[in-house]
Amino acid sequence: MIRQAMTVALLLSSLAVPGTAFARDQIRIVGSSTVYPFSTRVAEEFGRITKFKTPIIESTGTGGGFKLFCAGAGMDTPDLSNASRAIKKSEIETCAKAGVDAITEVKIGYDGIVLANSREAPQMNITLEQLYRALAKDLPDGKGGFQPNPNQKWSDVDPSLPDKRIEVLGPPPTSGTRDAFAELAMEGGCKKIGAIEELEKSEPDKFKAVCQGIREDGAYIEAGENDVLIVRKLEANSNAFGIFGYSFLEQNQDKIQGSKINGIADTYENISSGEYPISRSLFIYVKKAHVGVIPGLQEFLVEFTSDKASGPEGYLSDKGLIALPDAEREKYQKVAKEFPDNVSM
Amino acid sequence: MSNGVEPMPNRLPAGAQNPVSAAVTASLKRRYAAERRFRLYGLLAVVFAALSLAALVFTIVQTGLPAFSTTMVRLPVTISSEAIDPAGTRDPQTLSGADYQKVVRDALAELFPDVTGRSQRRDLFSMLSPGGAYELRNRVMADPAVIGSRIEMLIPVADDIDQYAKGHIEASSKGIETRITDDQAQWFARLKDRGMIESVFNTRLFTAADSRSPELAGIWGALVGSFWTMAVTLVLSFPLAVGAAIYLEEFAPKNRWTQLIEVNINNLAAVPSIVFGLLGLAVFLNFFGLPRSAPLVGGMVLALITLPTIIIASRAALKAVPPSIREAALGVGASPIQTVFHHVVPLALPGMLTGTIIGMAQALGETAPLLMIGMVAFIVDIPSGPLDPATVMPVQIYLWSDSPERAFVERASAAIIVLLGFLIVMNVLAVVLRKRFERKW
Repeated sequence: MIRQAMTVALLLSSLAVPGTAFARDQIRIVGSSTVYPFSTRVAEEFGRITKFKTPIIESTGTGGGFKLFCAGAGMDTPDLSNASRAIKKSEIETCAKAGVDAITEVKIGYDGIVLANSREAPQMNITLEQLYRALAKDLPDGKGGFQPNPNQKWSDVDPSLPDKRIEVLGPPPTSGTRDAFAELAMEGGCKKIGAIEELEKSEPDKFKAVCQGIREDGAYIEAGENDVLIVRKLEANSNAFGIFGYSFLEQNQDKIQGSKINGIADTYENISSGEYPISRSLFIYVKKAHVGVIPGLQEFLVEFTSDKASGPEGYLSDKGLIALPDAEREKYQKVAKEFPDNVSM
Repeated sequence: MSNGVEPMPNRLPAGAQNPVSAAVTASLKRRYAAERRFRLYGLLAVVFAALSLAALVFTIVQTGLPAFSTTMVRLPVTISSEAIDPAGTRDPQTLSGADYQKVVRDALAELFPDVTGRSQRRDLFSMLSPGGAYELRNRVMADPAVIGSRIEMLIPVADDIDQYAKGHIEASSKGIETRITDDQAQWFARLKDRGMIESVFNTRLFTAADSRSPELAGIWGALVGSFWTMAVTLVLSFPLAVGAAIYLEEFAPKNRWTQLIEVNINNLAAVPSIVFGLLGLAVFLNFFGLPRSAPLVGGMVLALITLPTIIIASRAALKAVPPSIREAALGVGASPIQTVFHHVVPLALPGMLTGTIIGMAQALGETAPLLMIGMVAFIVDIPSGPLDPATVMPVQIYLWSDSPERAFVERASAAIIVLLGFLIVMNVLAVVLRKRFERKW
């Protein structure tokens, strides 16, 4: 009886040594579902052509990724975190508190956010201000106050736009794409409106709420995190528009088309040159404590930043990643070899 | 009496109507109508449910079926010694690092001598899957004697070309640019004319693990992951749940504590599964330090989810065994534990197994709790044990259905078909067990 009890106790105590039991020879990556298709492509190539094991990539979303990444510096935490936005100050603080005090930021490319519709309907040409007026929750009422968005049709916003009901399918607030859209498109258009401009300095909180608030009266439909679903719905309903990442447009160009924003089409070249207004940067964050400890970590980042992968002709461009301009790409190729502390703690 | 029914003697004097019977007669029609209506509602509900199910299954099968075949190109490949092993040493290191991609591409370029420009060649080579080079490498590594010979290889085409061959993508025309260029459509037609294009059964779908290239991706990795996860779940949950059910039903005193436990078990069965995932993250990963993404942890979390299901079913099965069995056993001198394990449990076992299978089927379809413990991940290596990183079938479906590449849409549906197949088999097994072995009293 006593022997049995001791065996059980031993077994339990062997389990209870936190985080030391398993040495790792495989890179672990967490983070953004937007970066996931690119990251997995590189990982697969890396696993096939090098002697290292194929990294494991979890699709947790940018925020969820940083939570795991910043949980500690131990070897049981991820080495890299993919992000479809830059790391926030609060996340850097969480990281530092848990002992992750040296992080390297590697920019890998751009992603355009497109406003697309079915090819059966005409292509739309819209300015950011018009887009803001179509999708904002509240608009200035002209008397210094705000009123709920009265625009029901695109033509209510501007007579040049189609005489159709506003119907936009987009990601829910939990999505990084939604954050980026609110920041780049909505706020970008919002700033063009004189009445709001003054708010930015006097009441920054209200400015953010007014500029990034998206209407909830049914004109903007939250279609879930699944972009494939939005593409399918656009095929079925030629009156609807959808908001999603460029790679989904790139794969479905026979069925859907992107709208011109401020007169600029969402082509690879325009997003790459920065002319297309709604584009964001994609990043990988590296835990410096793991460099040189986890085998292959450095080689993986060299592969990721190489021209062969993320250059304009690289295999990631075929998956819809938009390459950095040459000078910037060279800069990050150097970063991937030297790992400077380029995230200020 | 011919019909055998005796007419009711009318006890009321003739002419006097019974007021109750009049009310009954009057309402009779309404009551029958109510019954007919209710039956109709029931029937309509069943028909609606059946139609929806049929529509769902039809869409999935229709989308998924094309994934079971794949387009290949039969290519004569010259494996020249200069390209692979210029020194002629046949050193495995040299063979492993050789540029097989180039060998395969040269074989294709040989067929299209008119394609010369850089971008044109790029378009041409992008018609082939990188899988061809991997396969050639495996062949040369396995048998270096093939170097210097010319062999015929069946190489998968790239996912876009496969989709084009299946009619899911149109070629670019009239200013609409698609994933297939005009040139590629022409080259494909030329290959087809020469009889080099073949549509074959997609064995890779069943033998490969996940890949970013849809034409190379398969469900085997996820199936093996599901197997290990389910094995851990079964090993943990079945004995624990059955033990708990036997103790609670046969031995435990009926007091406030056991009542509290009973209420808790019933409540646990209704807790959202993501909560169990959070628990797994906090306890198994953070406290005990078990590895992330491992089927062991996945199985432990899923065992927690299935425990209440199995306990409730097992207790119901034990309750269904009549007390006379227990009394008879005790009467001939069996101890309580002999009574339970020799007589009651064997009779209740079919019911317990049915509950277990239903619980396992439920666990097989779970994704939410696995997100927290890192099993929603891209994993190319096929797990060889419960400690290797793995993913499971429903997660694979989720990951594919969220991928931009269009060829993943049909693969996700194909994976759904396979998963549905497993679920149907498990549920049929549960029904058969119940029908064949369950004793009726």
